[in-house]
Amino acid sequence: MAALLPGIRKGPLDGRKWIIHLLLILSILLIGFPLYYGFVISTQSLDEVIKVPQSLIPSGHMLENYVTVWNRIHMGRLLINSAVVAVVVSLGKISIAILSAFAIVFFDFRGKQIAFWMIFITLMLPVPVRIISTYQVVSMLGWVDTYAGLTIPLIASATATFLFRQFYITIPDELVDAAKIDGAGPMRFLWSILLPNSGANIAALFVVMFIYGWNQYLWPLMATNSDNMRVVVVGIASTVPTGTQLPEWNLVMAAAMMALLPPVLVVIFLQRWFVHGLFETEK
Amino acid sequence: MKRSIFRNRWLPYLLLAPQLVVVVVFFFWPAFDSLRLSFFKVAPFGDREIFVGLGNFMELLTAPEYGRSVVHSFVFSLGVTALALVTSLFLANLANQKIRGLPFYRTAILWTYGIAPPVSGIIWLFIFHPSYGVLTYLLSMVTTYEFNWLLKGWVAMLLVIFAAAWAHLGYNVAFFLAGLQTIPESVIEAARVDGAGGFKLFRWITFPLLSPVTFFLFLMNMVFSFFETFGIIHAVTQGGPGDTTTIMVYKAYVDGFVNLRMGYSAAQSVILMALVIVLTVLQFRYTERKVTY
Repeated sequence: MAALLPGIRKGPLDGRKWIIHLLLILSILLIGFPLYYGFVISTQSLDEVIKVPQSLIPSGHMLENYVTVWNRIHMGRLLINSAVVAVVVSLGKISIAILSAFAIVFFDFRGKQIAFWMIFITLMLPVPVRIISTYQVVSMLGWVDTYAGLTIPLIASATATFLFRQFYITIPDELVDAAKIDGAGPMRFLWSILLPNSGANIAALFVVMFIYGWNQYLWPLMATNSDNMRVVVVGIASTVPTGTQLPEWNLVMAAAMMALLPPVLVVIFLQRWFVHGLFETEK
Repeated sequence: MKRSIFRNRWLPYLLLAPQLVVVVVFFFWPAFDSLRLSFFKVAPFGDREIFVGLGNFMELLTAPEYGRSVVHSFVFSLGVTALALVTSLFLANLANQKIRGLPFYRTAILWTYGIAPPVSGIIWLFIFHPSYGVLTYLLSMVTTYEFNWLLKGWVAMLLVIFAAAWAHLGYNVAFFLAGLQTIPESVIEAARVDGAGGFKLFRWITFPLLSPVTFFLFLMNMVFSFFETFGIIHAVTQGGPGDTTTIMVYKAYVDGFVNLRMGYSAAQSVILMALVIVLTVLQFRYTERKVTY
């Protein structure tokens, strides 16, 4: 249990550090194993996959597998759809949350409480509890199989609104007064003072919301009928062999790797912002 | 509360309009309509709605398969939450030590936040594959027990629990790391001067100070397992074998969109709504993340 010691003794004879390194490396290998295993399978031929135990060293069929599955399930189209959904959902959530939080913090108006609580209540209405009727609304609007239908029903965000509200409250009054004295209107203040200072929050939320959008499954499954409008997470689920199908697990894993890569890259590259933004605002 | 504000009669409403329109059209109206539908029987493919009062709810309460889906949901959610929290608490403590290479270690843990639950499900499905999976192979070397998720409900449950916990690991570690960094160095130093070290320090200092974060994450993991894991079940087990991995959200979907029993499915949505209300109220009553207005 030395690993749980939240501090390190100094000195050359400190074995604890090495134990921590060792435990971290073992943990990382363990967490990374499913990904590595999936990747190795995606590089093997079908013969290699069904020969148990499989070799755990990447084989030479990577390109062939990826190209085959790319063409077979129209991976390009699936990835574009997912990217559109993830970007529109995350930017949409962030934009309307900024506008709402700005109105709530910097204005006095009738019905402010009501507006605030209306946004708050959306926390209690995740997609699964309103699925049937949301589908009916979208179908009434003629939005089935459209990007609007895929994204707009998801873009309200209580979390983002609270985060921006929390941050705006910390903006000193002097800044607002100075802006007013300089003759800046509210929109100018939002654009030139608030937004440039919201970078960390926007970046943190972008990661969270991008992942949320990319990883959606139930709603895209409902809101689309044509293969053209499928998102990648739903699309690859249909590649899983059932019953009589050939167990082409190498192709399934190739598709899984391609679906996995974009959101994981977003996390890796924006990770610093994600952690900072979270703990600066969660306090 | 801010004192310095802008004066404008229409602008605040205009600013709030986009969010409120989405909220009313795609959240409130559907939620209200689900509530209304839960009191009706709807003819499949037809517009005929017959008022049945609490009929759908009575049927749910007496249906053994609904009772089973509730049990499966709690087994699944508590399993995912326990596994994900214990693992991520351990990892966050490791990744909060003052050692070299920390940014690398953190990235090598946090990347898991990007995994989509259904993709995780597909990878774990292969790891658990009865004929080709590496886990099945390893187990076959030590036991003759037939570790086949297609035949054994508990193996299927284990499979979806692992898939969900793996996909949610990064999220938990991020919050635990954030929580650990709010613990003042001086507290740790003081405890160490008093002779606490290793597990003692964790048990009596770090863990109690982390308890608000832990409780918050407990609730968030429950919400995640209940409401955001549909894809794992749909893509991997389809509720089976039998109905051993049919969780409440999956059952509501099957009854509504496969069996076309809209009213019956809406009643299940209403029960899920009640559940998420309880979890949200707990979250805001008992965690530090209070909304004070």
